[in-house]
Amino acid sequence: MSEFECVMEIPEDARNPVEPFLRMDRMPHIWCPGCGIGTTVNCFVRALLSSKSDLDHVAIVSGIGCTGRVAGYANLDSFHTTHGRAIPFATGLKLANPKLQVVVYSGDGDLFAIGGNHFIHAARRNMDLKVICVNNLTYAMTGGQTAPTTPGQVISATAPYGVFEPAFNLVQLAEAAGAAYVARWTTYHVTQLARSMGEVLNKKGFCFIEVLSPCPTLYQRRNKMGDGLDTMKYYKEASKIRHGAPTGECALTKSGEIVVGKFVDRDRPDYLELMRTQLHESLGERYAEPEAVCGL
Amino acid sequence: MAKGFVAVTVERCKGCGFCVEFCPTKVLDLSSAFNSKGYHPPYVVAGEKCSGCDLCGMYCPDFAIFGARYAR
Repeated sequence: MSEFECVMEIPEDARNPVEPFLRMDRMPHIWCPGCGIGTTVNCFVRALLSSKSDLDHVAIVSGIGCTGRVAGYANLDSFHTTHGRAIPFATGLKLANPKLQVVVYSGDGDLFAIGGNHFIHAARRNMDLKVICVNNLTYAMTGGQTAPTTPGQVISATAPYGVFEPAFNLVQLAEAAGAAYVARWTTYHVTQLARSMGEVLNKKGFCFIEVLSPCPTLYQRRNKMGDGLDTMKYYKEASKIRHGAPTGECALTKSGEIVVGKFVDRDRPDYLELMRTQLHESLGERYAEPEAVCGL
Repeated sequence: MAKGFVAVTVERCKGCGFCVEFCPTKVLDLSSAFNSKGYHPPYVVAGEKCSGCDLCGMYCPDFAIFGARYAR
């Protein structure tokens, strides 16, 4: 009997297209039923396939948190770093080996709270990194505390009477800090998300994609918002695709409209390009490319 | 005759129901049976309608289902 239980005729050689990209010995993963992180991984794999990336030159860097586990499950060169420091590690990786396509795959707490400082400076420098932020609006792995992205009125472990702090609008922050590409999708928009991820894999500069994902165990449960499927239905109903919308108008609320789409796609010289130009000008003949020095 | 097929790895499923809800041709439904972890995996109710679009595979957070078109 085949490993698939089905009444349909399944070809002998049929395999899930995601499996070659995952460390299957580590499955099943730790993510809760209804969590959307696995869905974003599906989209990422489809993007890798469609962008025809050379997998020997793709590195994936994660910080700590639920989304931080992606680096451990991806069957690519992957790097599970210290809390909040995914971007500094990725910056080092990119500068030491500029041929690498470095993808930072982490959560909102890791990228914007503990590592917020690194995010804005990598965006300012326009480091050639592809940052994918799975935003579940809370610190999920530690028990659902208030994160900088938690919208107002939400009940969290550290805000039993409702969050009163203003939250970060990640897309506005990324645009203001200087990112070359800024988009927001939800786990409902799988095809658009996969296309967006494919676009950033072929774009130079600091690219940022925010993916809203359900956290049924800690966020939705406390706020009586149902399970993962109810959240997906909410994403379907409440999201509006507005490409190029001013990011200042795209703040998230507890149960209001979600503006999704590609907000920014611009070309700025990236860090390595600026460094080369500057050093060529000042050092002339004495300047050697890092590739030549490192023998890569 | 169905244009495609879906294959479910029952033991990896956590019963979130994304594939059932978002299948464009409503091929799937959640089973009343349990897998060994106690979740209800999906099963095929209308196999002839499957177009093999693999949207279930895109949605599945547990990598437990995928669809594909038959090679013809």
